[in-house]
Amino acid sequence: MSEVDTTQFTSEQVRHLASLVRIELTESEVEEFRSELASILSHIDALSEIDTEGVPPTNNGADLLNVQDADVSQPAMPRDEVLANAPQREDDYFRVHAVLDQS
Amino acid sequence: MSATANSDLLTITLAEGARRLRAGEITAQELTRAFLDRIAATDDQVRAFVTVTEESALAAAEQADEILSSGDATAPLTGLPIGLKDVLMTRGVRTTAGSRMLDTLIPPYDATVVGRLRQAGAISLGKLNMDEFAMGSSTEHSAWFPTANPWDLDRVPGGSSGGSAAAVAAQQCIATLGSDTGGSIRQPASFCGVVGLKPTYGRVSRYGLIAFASSLDQIGPFTRTVEDAALLLQEIAGPDPLDSTCYDAPVPDFSAELDRGLDGLRVAAPVEFFTGGMDDDVAAVIETALDLLSANGAMVDRSPSMPSVPMALPVYYILAPSECSANLARFDGVKYGHGARQGESMWADMEATRKHGFGREVKRRILLGAYALSAGYYDAYYLKAQKVRTLIRREFDRVFADHDVIVAPTAPTVAFKQGAITDPYQMYLNDIFTIPANIAGLPAISIPGGFGADGMPVGLQFVGQRLDESVLLGVANAYEKLTGWNTTPPSIVGST
Repeated sequence: MSEVDTTQFTSEQVRHLASLVRIELTESEVEEFRSELASILSHIDALSEIDTEGVPPTNNGADLLNVQDADVSQPAMPRDEVLANAPQREDDYFRVHAVLDQS
Repeated sequence: MSATANSDLLTITLAEGARRLRAGEITAQELTRAFLDRIAATDDQVRAFVTVTEESALAAAEQADEILSSGDATAPLTGLPIGLKDVLMTRGVRTTAGSRMLDTLIPPYDATVVGRLRQAGAISLGKLNMDEFAMGSSTEHSAWFPTANPWDLDRVPGGSSGGSAAAVAAQQCIATLGSDTGGSIRQPASFCGVVGLKPTYGRVSRYGLIAFASSLDQIGPFTRTVEDAALLLQEIAGPDPLDSTCYDAPVPDFSAELDRGLDGLRVAAPVEFFTGGMDDDVAAVIETALDLLSANGAMVDRSPSMPSVPMALPVYYILAPSECSANLARFDGVKYGHGARQGESMWADMEATRKHGFGREVKRRILLGAYALSAGYYDAYYLKAQKVRTLIRREFDRVFADHDVIVAPTAPTVAFKQGAITDPYQMYLNDIFTIPANIAGLPAISIPGGFGADGMPVGLQFVGQRLDESVLLGVANAYEKLTGWNTTPPSIVGST
């Protein structure tokens, strides 16, 4: 497993991450997050020194596997109460900009 | 109502309140009115509440009194006023998670725990302040306002459930619910001198809890006594068809073992929980507590070592941000919450929605999580953290092979001054002793352990085996009865 050099954490990486998670950042935020993330990662890097050879990952808070529900229909939430929270609504739909370019 | 009668009501417990309501000595309306008056008198200073639901609380109290006077009040918490962390969905009552993103959200449903408390007869007084999306250790990261510590208004109440802890300490509610992902119930309980219980992961349904880190989040009670924590856990625990991560395990009678005592109890005090980082005043309180446990029949073993436990904090700061970056992807400004509509495309709107809707701490953690999960870093960070998580769980299992309970400090310091911690990692260190229980999915409780610097409360933490909340409640109740620390009121009480 390769070690990650966090001292090389760059503004370009922050901008790339921000685009992945769809958050618009100002230039000053990019620099602040770059330095804060580099600092946090420098503490986290202690993990790389732990021997985990042959250790399985834990990805579940409990020890539960393949919990299945009965396939029975249930009453849904009232449509108007759900849609009442929409920033923009048109009839019984959520309204957004066109997703695909129509030109 | 006289001032004496009023203050008498404000210090009531769930157990005592239930008894006096049934005996007809007090009414639910008197009780509810007393707490609403108390909130009106103190919340300008404490600022625990985001929303006070006075009207619905008084209506519920009137109903409770009808049931009580008819003599068939079977629901155990009938007429008892409580508060809810603003991360729990409440049908028809604004729910913000401390974020501008959810400024206008009126949920169409109740969280399972909220529905269960309603069924149990409890009366909600409103929604309590918190760090945005439960990310923080001081409640300074609420988008609305910081909450103050009732023991010293210049200090933080801890976080993220700071409003829930402060409301109980300031006698604004008999009890409250919070949520704990890395210490967000126990650390504020420690800072505010109240009881805070994080149940076993999977003991309590998370349906309707606005998710932060789904493999770590757990809902639990804040109370003034351990007995009350048992009563509240009794009502919220148990399987739920709406949360498949809930254990389908029988729920024991949590009050049954409250008086088991300390005799012969095997208590582990692992060295890693007592080295470094702890302030001297906290260390002194914890040492005194260990001596007291020993003097009263417990066998305190200071020899166990858990070498992976110091790695719990770095593990947490990989896993929690990773899970949060996925969970918070749902806030896209389409279905609910803040939604910018000034952009030229759907993506521009989404980026603007998340820019304005999220605060700095939340953005930082989403970015950190996206980094840990991204191609090329996944093995080094996320997978590595999951493997070390396994090592930590194994070390707990080893200690519990021949001990009943682990004792530790809850937090390394007493409550700090507002604005005192600005470096993110320094803030994260607050949770160094609480995070291990979340990583291992174990139940843990913080109770008032004594007093440290400037008379500020210090929490004592017990961690138990999976699904063994009963032993935690037993040892915590024994310590509480020996010391009575929980009966000392904070400075704001009587200062109106």
